Amino acid sequence: MKRWRQLNLEGRAGCVLLVALVLMALLAPLIAPGDPLAITGEPMLRPFSSEAHMLGTDRLGRDVLAGLLHGTRTTLLVALFSAAVALSAGSIVGTLAGFLGGIADMVLMRITEAFQTVPAFLLALAAISATGPSVPTLIFAISLGTWTQAARVTRAQVLSLRERDFVAAARTLGMRPLEIAFREILPNAFGPTASLAAISVAAAILIEAALSFLGFGDPNRVTWGSMIAEGRTVLRSAPYLSIVPGIALVVTVLGIHLLGRGLSHRERLQP
Amino acid sequence: MPPLLAFFLRRIVTALPVLAVVLVGSFLLLEAAPGDAVDAYVARSGAMDADQLAQLRQEWQLDEGPLHRFRAYASALVQGDLGWSSAFERRVASVILERLPITLLLMGVATALAFFLGSLLGVIAGANPGSFRDRFLSTTSLALYAVPGFWLGLVLIVIFAVDLRWLPIGGIESIASGKTGFSRMGDIGRHLILPVASLAMVYLALYLRLMRDRMNEVWRDPFVQALKARGLSRNRIVWRHVARNAVLPVVTMLGLQAAAMLGGSVVVESVFAIPGFGRLAAEAVARRDTPLLLGVILCSAITVITVNLLVDLAYGKLDPRVRVGR
Repeated sequence: MKRWRQLNLEGRAGCVLLVALVLMALLAPLIAPGDPLAITGEPMLRPFSSEAHMLGTDRLGRDVLAGLLHGTRTTLLVALFSAAVALSAGSIVGTLAGFLGGIADMVLMRITEAFQTVPAFLLALAAISATGPSVPTLIFAISLGTWTQAARVTRAQVLSLRERDFVAAARTLGMRPLEIAFREILPNAFGPTASLAAISVAAAILIEAALSFLGFGDPNRVTWGSMIAEGRTVLRSAPYLSIVPGIALVVTVLGIHLLGRGLSHRERLQP
Repeated sequence: MPPLLAFFLRRIVTALPVLAVVLVGSFLLLEAAPGDAVDAYVARSGAMDADQLAQLRQEWQLDEGPLHRFRAYASALVQGDLGWSSAFERRVASVILERLPITLLLMGVATALAFFLGSLLGVIAGANPGSFRDRFLSTTSLALYAVPGFWLGLVLIVIFAVDLRWLPIGGIESIASGKTGFSRMGDIGRHLILPVASLAMVYLALYLRLMRDRMNEVWRDPFVQALKARGLSRNRIVWRHVARNAVLPVVTMLGLQAAAMLGGSVVVESVFAIPGFGRLAAEAVARRDTPLLLGVILCSAITVITVNLLVDLAYGKLDPRVRVGR
């Protein structure tokens, strides 16, 4: 409750949007039971024209609302996990680079730079073409292009921490260098990296949506990107089939940005 | 040695190991893919017996180990040869060179639009932090920043190409129109309006926000008080001093976003059926053309490095403290 009061208007709006989204993901099997890819009614029903299909049906007669709800699950699953993988991998690389210094630092930062010069989306595309589309490979592919920022931020933080007294104390206690790096320095350096979480999740959502829009997503799961692509084939006669899942996408990304801004604003208030 | 030349040489020397890592990394990644170029070729051209397959593999040097193949690829690369595209039945380099100018045009126009309009609106918002204009522009930019380019493209198509019929639905120019010179340029321009808008919008919102937030900070700097005390007009302070200081991080961001924009062009070009470099990446993946995909990855890395080089040069022009060569 105290935290809620510390949030500004933007943060609260983001919080509400995201809670609604998580509820959508959790309640999807209750509101729309069964396979969202199953054909359940007449094709191309307009939204609000039938009680059984609130948001209408697509070209094949699949329920749009069911797709939207189940798509939330795929989106959140892929985005949260790939952001977690990206942040962890990035902070490990950043800690090693900053703590070891010298040649190891140079090599690791050149590798980071190399990853930054290739567009994250292109990397994800290449990784998917090598591994085939499924949820775990999507998570791997997306984090492949998004870990670099966390590595840079953590490295900068580690560089400023490693000369501190508590590191010298750990050294005199006889801790091994890697133990110092990961048990003493990394936990203290993680704060600024964690503030990248919102940006990473939003980026992962957009990359996943674009991948499945191009047809490189998990074919056995319904996603917002694949719904937009599906609706595109009948864009002239039924534009809402592409527009509705896109609105879900925009609202989600907006909610994450709002919450992220709200949280960083709160941190600025508390020195 | 002139400082500018030394600067270029230094940058090329630091770029080489980065490109080497990109090359090795993408080679390893694509090496992990199941199937090879012969499988892809057979899948399109029809049945072949085992002897023919083995012969083809030998011809394309696929029967050797990955290390041997990498050496062959790298030594051809040094001579400017990117290999053979099985999907297009042409040299990879010539396919890429044909596609790259369209994407560079698209990205260039989108970047210019996002930068100028974004920072202009950012100055309008940041000239008076907290005013109605500021809050309106800030909120709008936050919402626009959440809109994925490919979806915006579809929405724009529905409005401007399907409903209003003002603009073409896709492609880069009218097919077999026989137009030349200015009328052809106008035709291409008309085709570019919607793709540029969908690619640029996110960056426009980003630059607006960045400019506005930076201006808000610069206003608190003591030197602004000194300018006010000297009796400079508010307009002059806003444009000549606050905005000029605030534009530097936006220019830095321009370089950082080059890679992201190139990635965005993959989807936007697919939406608008533009035969560009971005769509080539998607085609290479869909048609399992590994040499082509490798070439696309390498060329995009080179493009991004070049853009960053140009941004650093521009930075020196704007901020005398970091002038090149000193």
